[in-house]
Amino acid sequence: MQSVSSKSAIRTIENVIDETPTVRTLVFSDSNLSEVLPGQFAMVWIPGVNELPMSVMITEQNGKAAFTVRKRGESSTALYHIKAGQQIGVRGPYGNSFDIKKGRIVLVGGGTGLVPLMRLAKFAKPENDVTILMGSKSKDEVFFENLANRILAKNKHRVVVTTEDGSHGQRGFVTDVLEKLLENEKFDGIYTCGPEIMMHKVVHMANSKGIFVQASLERMMKCGIGICGSCCMDDVLVCHDGTVFDGRFLEDSKEFGHTHRSKAGTFENY
Amino acid sequence: MKPDLSVSMGTISLERPAMLASGILGISLEVFGRIYRAGAGAIVSKSLSKEPWDGYPNPTIVEIKGGYLNAVGLSNPGATNFAKMISQNKEIPIIVSLVGSVEDDFEFMVKQFENVKVTAYELNLSCPHVEKVGLEVGDDPELVTKIVSKVKSTTKLPVIAKVGLGATDYLDTVKAAMDGGADAITAINTIRAMGIDVETQRPLLSHKIGGLSGAAIKPVAVRCVYEISSKYEIPVIGCGGVSSWEDAVEFILAGASAIQVGSAIGDKWLDVFSEINDGIANYMKKKGFSKIEEMVGLAKRF
Repeated sequence: MQSVSSKSAIRTIENVIDETPTVRTLVFSDSNLSEVLPGQFAMVWIPGVNELPMSVMITEQNGKAAFTVRKRGESSTALYHIKAGQQIGVRGPYGNSFDIKKGRIVLVGGGTGLVPLMRLAKFAKPENDVTILMGSKSKDEVFFENLANRILAKNKHRVVVTTEDGSHGQRGFVTDVLEKLLENEKFDGIYTCGPEIMMHKVVHMANSKGIFVQASLERMMKCGIGICGSCCMDDVLVCHDGTVFDGRFLEDSKEFGHTHRSKAGTFENY
Repeated sequence: MKPDLSVSMGTISLERPAMLASGILGISLEVFGRIYRAGAGAIVSKSLSKEPWDGYPNPTIVEIKGGYLNAVGLSNPGATNFAKMISQNKEIPIIVSLVGSVEDDFEFMVKQFENVKVTAYELNLSCPHVEKVGLEVGDDPELVTKIVSKVKSTTKLPVIAKVGLGATDYLDTVKAAMDGGADAITAINTIRAMGIDVETQRPLLSHKIGGLSGAAIKPVAVRCVYEISSKYEIPVIGCGGVSSWEDAVEFILAGASAIQVGSAIGDKWLDVFSEINDGIANYMKKKGFSKIEEMVGLAKRF
């Protein structure tokens, strides 16, 4: 049985990896978080700044967990600038996880949305044939390509990188690659995490082909434990009922791919 | 005979005695529907203000022994937006919670709901962690009377005043609300509290001081319900640490006509409502009660 830390446990960052000029991975020892299921998240306290929901990144060392963060807003930038030796608080893990189907699966990720997909790849069975599609703006912003190949060394696998400017891998978007793949090949499951517009396209493509699909969603989250209601979407709470949702549910959602709520709870369109 | 779980307190009638307390899960009509179908007698919305409020940065809610500390900072989409969000409501008993600092704020907000199906208003006079509203209002009995009477003159719907433990004797706040024409009292709000992380030596909440909820405050809330219902003739809704049917019955015996459930959602999720409904029904069968009102305040016999 997984244990959940309801109180923030203070962890010291041991190692910081520069993934790209805007993305870093912060590594720390936490045997509980190192074992979380793909899709689960922790609430990460940056003392004096904020507390954010973060998908737990895998590491290649036993007993260690990590967070991979892109500097964007005030809080993610503060987390990005945390140095080795500094402390953060972590509670969790929370949320559900991906249901990994047997056979041929495709993981479609954009940016730091690749984090839960890397964990999914780690949890894949040796029999799984895994295709990872990773999208970035440019060559500078590609990360996890080598890691993905290492994690999946024992599986039949391929890692396809797309960049919007064509500076690395294929030019274009992951959804273009997925569209072609689905025309020519059969798959048993598709898993996606990243910008919601991308996920919306992925879910729609999979549903129209009748392929099982799941997406891990992000919403304004405050408590992380199903109390405050900030992360509501239709009749679900993303923290409590997700963050992973099936394509069938998402297809019917009035909000997925269209709108999300602000800190105040007002609607903002994508 | 199956016990009747409906409650009627003055002008307010509900099919079931346990409501969702304000501040919890409270902004989406679709989520409200789910809570109602899970067995809640009514859903009290998050407290709405005149304008949208972002609330405080995280951490806003932290779990501690016996409950939660929170200083969410009354984040809410604002009364006007919220009225639009629930405008399609047909069957859900929604009690709209309102927060403000002067009577005109409340009048403005109530008017936003004129064409929306709403069951009652609950005036939050007791939020312990936002300045100029909440407890600062509840601590000023004259202002409480002005606000309640303004709301009463703006709407025909029942008006509930939610009180808490501030600097003024809360019984004086109750009296002031009654003078303004309040139909019922909800008691109590969270209690001003704080916690500190010993490793980082920082307050747990970004706002430092927040409100304590959950099992830790239940005996305080039971005492308040007992005192209010002993001193005044006004229906009381018990709130504070209700997490089981036994807790609900305890509040009813203390003098509550209905109860509200908040923090227990964190542990038991929406199942807490059917657990409370079924437990109360079994208790009534065992003890020979046919209506909840027969049990209200029975502890006062002793």
